[in-house]
Amino acid sequence: MTGNEAVAEGAIQAGCQFYAAYPITPQNELIAYMAKHMPARSGQLNRVFIQAESELAAINMVFGASAAGKRAMTSSSSPGMSLKQEGISYIAGAELPAVIVNMMRGGPGLGNIAPAQSDYFQATRGGGHGDYHSIVLAPSSVEEAYNLMFLAFNLADKYRNPVIVLGDGTLGQMMEPLKKVRNPESKIQNYKKPWALTGCKGRKPNVIKSFYMKEGALEEFNLKLQKKYKEIEENEQRWEESFLDDAEIILVAYGTMARVCRDVVDNLREKGKKIGLVRPISLWPFPKKVFHRFTGKADQRKRFLVVEMSYGQMVDDVRLSCCGKAKVEFIGHSGGGIPTGEEIIRKINEKNI
Amino acid sequence: MPRITIDKEKCKGCLLCVSVCPKGAIKAGTKMNKRGITFVEFKKGGNCLGCAMCAVICPDCCIEVYK
Amino acid sequence: MKKIFSRPESLKNVTTHYCAGCGHGLAHRLIAEVIDELNIREKVIAVAPVGCAVVAYDYWNFDCTEAAHGRALAVGTAIKRVRPDNIVFTYQGDGDLAAIGTNETIHAANRGENITAIFINNAIYGMTGGQMAPTTLLGQKTATTPKGRDVRFQGYPLNISLLLGTLPAVKYVERVSLHNPQEILKSKRAIKQAFQNQIDNIGFSLVEILSPCPTYWEMSSEKAMSWIRDTMTKEFPLRRIK
Repeated sequence: MTGNEAVAEGAIQAGCQFYAAYPITPQNELIAYMAKHMPARSGQLNRVFIQAESELAAINMVFGASAAGKRAMTSSSSPGMSLKQEGISYIAGAELPAVIVNMMRGGPGLGNIAPAQSDYFQATRGGGHGDYHSIVLAPSSVEEAYNLMFLAFNLADKYRNPVIVLGDGTLGQMMEPLKKVRNPESKIQNYKKPWALTGCKGRKPNVIKSFYMKEGALEEFNLKLQKKYKEIEENEQRWEESFLDDAEIILVAYGTMARVCRDVVDNLREKGKKIGLVRPISLWPFPKKVFHRFTGKADQRKRFLVVEMSYGQMVDDVRLSCCGKAKVEFIGHSGGGIPTGEEIIRKINEKNI
Repeated sequence: MPRITIDKEKCKGCLLCVSVCPKGAIKAGTKMNKRGITFVEFKKGGNCLGCAMCAVICPDCCIEVYK
Repeated sequence: MKKIFSRPESLKNVTTHYCAGCGHGLAHRLIAEVIDELNIREKVIAVAPVGCAVVAYDYWNFDCTEAAHGRALAVGTAIKRVRPDNIVFTYQGDGDLAAIGTNETIHAANRGENITAIFINNAIYGMTGGQMAPTTLLGQKTATTPKGRDVRFQGYPLNISLLLGTLPAVKYVERVSLHNPQEILKSKRAIKQAFQNQIDNIGFSLVEILSPCPTYWEMSSEKAMSWIRDTMTKEFPLRRIK
């Protein structure tokens, strides 16, 4: 199964009831899978698939389906994500749950269809207008992509917040066996949605909105959002770590890039190099906690090498997390392909770190 | 005798009711409501037909008609 | 003595923010009356636009959502698809439905979504201060056409209802007006038809309502109504289009 198909299958298993999207490479297997399986496996969930007329329409359809209380999702790739930012901002502002998948490709502009990680800033900083955050999850394997879809829908419902699943073209196209071994987080958690639009029978009318004109009302709402974000930052930092106990140099990479880095770590460990790996799984909230371990005086000999398929985006978060108390190096490029193991090893040797 | 009531606090003084009343039974008022708007008044003893044209055209739904 | 006219249950007992003589209050009330008469208040989900009617949800007494500017019919599409037993309608101005949201409008109509669109055409952008709308008449002065709309630069008024009428999946399009009590009652009948179509699963229905904006037309309320009758209906004739 490809990563794109695993994401789609994960979404269906996680109870996705509404999916709308617009075709874009390299996530077309995802929309095709949903077109086939959403209606065929509709069952009692009344699953709806719509090929929307645009990315704008797709994300706003997700807004509507979510407002009506259903688990709703869309997917796209980088240029399409730029178009979706309007809707994501409204979804965040109306506190609606939604899952948005971005299989990143090269940019800016139309870029190319090679894998990239250059939408990190867009995903983790909000992306659209206003003070908001999406929760961002970054799978690095087909199986993890499948499993994270459960978490994505659960977190979206739990916090009434958009969740972005950030993959890249490689992950989307890559074939791996999917055992569907669910981790404990990979089951559907049902959250009550008394706010949803269902018709006002037996209750006062519900209103879904992000508009606060009364003096002070928007600030009050924004403070409420910030409180929620703080709670998410406290509770939802996720990462995978290897050999941090004795590592002197620690690679930091997410998604597909972390797979390359894991090979580098295995390779150099065999040669006796004290090297480790941090793989952020949640990109927002960024797993600051793991870096805070290394900001004490005794740990200042640790060095971080951040590897990305971009010209340096996540590295900013690593630097912020280290608060200037650890050395942070960077290697990365985008638009042409993936930094190779050899490149990374060369960088490690040339810096002699 | 048919009559109307006017919710003076909701009236915005657009005078559309005055313009459509076939009997001239509503007039531009002289008193202001809490919002500072001069609201319309029903002429007592006017020849209201209870046709409800005023209520139909009132954009602010401030007229009730009794017949 | 019997009360023969009063506020419908679907319209909250509050003062609206609309200017004196604005047609939105009328259109809101007609929709509320129709919803009461069809006894669907507890099933209705409304999609409010961006524009002067952005806070319509403060005035209607049933479930409502906002939508980003122009996206009401995309939002409405999804709500109706996931909740087919509910009655879904959008309420949109000319800028929302026929400029920034033209794409969503045409495609929702072309898919034949079983929803009801109420389209308020007042030939101007009221919320932002009286700029040109897609439906602004030739020669009409607005904040962004200070010398009047000029076909050489701004093109013709967009007759979106006529355009939608050409689509096979569109089942009902009627243009009505609010300029006098008779036309208001006709508007109500058209709105009722558009909702009844949805109840009967007939498909996409749209009612275009010519509506006064005395403030940005810079006219008295009464004059604005005459302007609809004498001028606007020349460009946008009142009739059942489909």
